[in-house]
This record gives sequence, C-alpha cells and structure tokens, in this order.
Amino acid sequence: MRLKKKAQPRPSVKMKSDHKFVTLERIVKNGFVNFGRNIWLAIAAIAMMGITLTILLFAVVANATFSHTISDITSHIDVSVYLKDDVTDGQRTNLIENLKNIENVQAVAFISKEQALKNYRAQNINNKELQAAISETDNPLPASLVISPKDPNKLETIKEYLDKPEIENLQSDPTSYSGDRKAAIDKIAKATDFFRQAGIVGIAVFIIISMLIIFNTIRMTIFNRRDELVIMRLLGATPGYIRGPFIVETMLYGVVAAAISLAICGALFAVASSTLQASALGLLDIKFSGEYFRNNLWLILTTQILAGIIIGAASSAIAARRYLKLK
Amino acid sequence: MILLDRVTKTYGRNEPALERVSMHVEPKEFVIIVGQSGAGKSTLFKLLTREEKPTSGKIIVGGMDYDKLRDKDIPLLRRKIGVVFQDFKLLPARNVYENVAFALEIAGLPTAEIKHTIPKVLDVVGLKGKEKNYPRELSGGEKQRVAIARAIVRQPKILIADEPTGNLDLKHAWDVIKVLEKINQFGTTVLLTTHNQEIVNYLKRRVVTIKDGKIVSDHAVGKYKI
Repeated sequence: MRLKKKAQPRPSVKMKSDHKFVTLERIVKNGFVNFGRNIWLAIAAIAMMGITLTILLFAVVANATFSHTISDITSHIDVSVYLKDDVTDGQRTNLIENLKNIENVQAVAFISKEQALKNYRAQNINNKELQAAISETDNPLPASLVISPKDPNKLETIKEYLDKPEIENLQSDPTSYSGDRKAAIDKIAKATDFFRQAGIVGIAVFIIISMLIIFNTIRMTIFNRRDELVIMRLLGATPGYIRGPFIVETMLYGVVAAAISLAICGALFAVASSTLQASALGLLDIKFSGEYFRNNLWLILTTQILAGIIIGAASSAIAARRYLKLK
Repeated sequence: MILLDRVTKTYGRNEPALERVSMHVEPKEFVIIVGQSGAGKSTLFKLLTREEKPTSGKIIVGGMDYDKLRDKDIPLLRRKIGVVFQDFKLLPARNVYENVAFALEIAGLPTAEIKHTIPKVLDVVGLKGKEKNYPRELSGGEKQRVAIARAIVRQPKILIADEPTGNLDLKHAWDVIKVLEKINQFGTTVLLTTHNQEIVNYLKRRVVTIKDGKIVSDHAVGKYKI
C-alpha cells in the first residue's frame, strides 16, 4: 500500500490512547473553541452563575462582618458600679483590689466625678439643654468603677460580689450591666443566625437554578451539534473525547462568572463602603466588610473560581451523561 | 476479513431487516452490495460499525468477535474501519484539511504526524491544493473525496462506503469510484453499496445482492440485477 510506504514506519495507527496528553490537550482546546462559538447561548448561564457566586460572596463577607461586629460589641460589654459621693479613697482602693481578685475580671477603671462630667459633656456636645442641666458647681454625676469582664457571659461572680450588703452600701445607683448592649448583642446574634440560615437556603436555591440553566444550555448545545457529535462517534471518538469539551466549556463559564462577580463586588465595596456605613444602623461594620474583602481577595478569588468550576462541571457532566448517547 | 454467520436483525416486532445473512469477505477484496432501498444494506453496515447489535448470529471483523466487544472497545473498532456515507457527513465549520485531521485527532495522533500524513492522503483522492476550502465551496464529488480521505487517513484495513455516489452526478460518481478502486489496489478491503447499474457492471467485481433482508445472489464477477 503506497500510503503506508510513504508514512513514517509505525505499528499501524495508534489504536490505544497512548497519547493521553495530546488527547487531553485537544479536549481542552476544543472546550475553548466551543466556548467561543457558543458564547451567546452561554450568556444566560454565565449571568446566572455570576449572580450565584455574587450572593455566595456576599454571604461569606456578611457572615464575617456579623461575627466581627458581635465580637466587637462583646468586647465592649462592661459592668459599671456607681459610687456614693462619701466613699473614701481607702474604701475605693480596697474595692478595686477586691474586684481585681475576682477571676472573671479583666480590668477595673476608675472614673471620677469630674471625668464623668467631662464624658457627659462630650457625649451631649450638641445638646445645649442637657448641657445646661448640669453645672460645674453642682455635679450630680457619681464617680464610677468600670469593670471589663473576661467573659461577658459569666458575670455571676462579679454580680455576687457587688450584691453583698457591705458593697451595695457604697453604691449610689444600681449596678449597670450594659443591659441595653446585651439586648443588642442577643438581637444581632439572632439576626446572624437567621441570615446564616437564609443565606444557606438562598445559596442552595441559586446554585440549583444556575445548574439547571447550565444544564439546559448544554442540552441545547448538544442538540445544535448533533451532526458533529454523530460524526465524532462514527469516527471512533471515545465518550471522554466527546464529553470532555462540554465540561471544559462550562468550567470556563465558571471562571468568567467568578471574574464578573468579583469585579462587581470589588466595585461595590470600593464605592459603597462610606455610603452604606451610615445606613447600616450602626449594627454592621461595612468598613470592615470592605477590608475583609480586600484582605482575603486571593482566597475569595480562588474560592469563587473553584465554586464556579465545580458548579459548571457538575451540571454539564450530568447533561452530557443524560443527552449524549455515545454507543 | 469480514465474516457474517447467520446474522439476523429485527427491529421491534417488524419483519427482520436482515435474516440469516452469511457471507465471507477476503482481505483486499472489493465487494459491491446491491439491493433496493429497504433491502437491508444500511442495516448490514450499521451492524459492521456496531451502531446496531445483531438480534442473532455472529460477526467477526478483522479478527474481532463482536460478541466479545466491550463498550469501551467500540471506539477502537470504529477507528479500524473507514466509513463513507451518502451524505458525506463533513463538518461544515472545518476546512478540508481540518476535516481529514479530525479523524486523526480523535485517534490521539500527535499533531506533527497529522501534518505529515494529510498531504499524502489528499494526494491520493486528488484534492491537493483544496486544503483550505470549506465543504460549502466544494462540489459533491469533491466533498465525497474529502470524506474518503478522512476514512482512509488512518489506514484502515476495511473501507465501508454506503451509497457514496448516491448524491452525485455520473461524472463525479466516477471520480469517487476510481478513488475507491485505487484504495482497494493499495490493499484495503472495500465494501460498497450502490444503486448504479453502470458502475456495478463496469467494476466487474464480486456482487452480493440483498433482497428483503436475504442474500439472493453472490457472484465473483457480478452483474447488476434485481
């Protein structure tokens, strides 16, 4: 056979896939080519995946921010003990020492009457009436001790001590346990739990929707390329060689969607940090969100791309399995 | 090279498309299969390319017993058999060179080897200089010769041509037939179906006539008769 004489001497045509690398390279290349050919059909799938990844990213950042806010507030919980005006320096020093010996006490700070007045003035700097209500000569504000606990959830030992009659005698007002703050913390913790659960459900729903859309996109693509696929099959392409490019193609959807999502989020955090801070009711530290986003950019980028690739590959693998009859 | 032993193929509850068909094709033989549409020629080819499984009977091609084929062997089997179809089945988005290269890419051949092989094959089918043309820019005969080039580029021992001249005018049909003869001279077993009486009588080859799923005649130098 003339053909054979001219060709390089080799043991007939390679029948086994002993050029694995060449095949893989071609699968990837075909995936890219198909991606280019298919880009208009793919836009819906990419957009949907972009939205999913954006929501995923927001959920992660929001979660981090909530945690940050809670620990931030928790670290500011303290116990204020208001002292009668006639408490002597000796009694006070004694009290501070005793408090410091309680296990859960981190630090005890003394705020004198003068300091209390100053603080009051600073807090109400814009309110002339409140300012006027208190004059320098007649300072009604008590001196106080501010106790920072190590664990704000275990104030019992401190409370026990402060409630002793001889100690209670020294106090002008009931001990303040940052009651309002604790309520706020509980609220935030509840809200966080709720958002977490809602976030997980939301993410699940969006992942399912984007998988369905990708699934459908691949189904349409398979339908469009029916003839080509039949030819591939008849020429002896292996199922992997036929399916592979579809999976590569949807992995690319994932990469593009991750890039888009990241760009959108980056822009949002850059622009909105200052604007949003005011409207976040002081509960959420938006500035922290932005910082968290920037500090973990690479981690977020990797996670986004990985998530995109996994979502894409999974849905197209299912579609290819279902709609590519390869026998 | 090809052995069919009492092969029967039935689709659903219909009359069998092929009934107890037995034939043996020697290596390097050129066999023409004639029969009216619906006679079972296409079914026969689908059995040989393993698109269909026989309902009963034995098929052995190139030493491979089809009963013992596993699913993952099917692609390898198809790479050993060159196929040519009436409707060419070229990829419209690829040019002549790429269409032929496609078959080798699938087989996992290195690009350098593909580059080396394709010019020779295009020379055999007389399409030198048309490498860059797309199928839509070619005549029917040229398209069919691209398809043949694609079928033989892997140097199969067997070439199956299912009505390759069916969509062609006489002049182009002859071009295609001459290419098939040439390939047969190189040592490839050729199985050809055709309707064309003139071609059958000109070739003076073995003719197997199928009617209603049965072989009704088999002559070493046959004439067209139905």
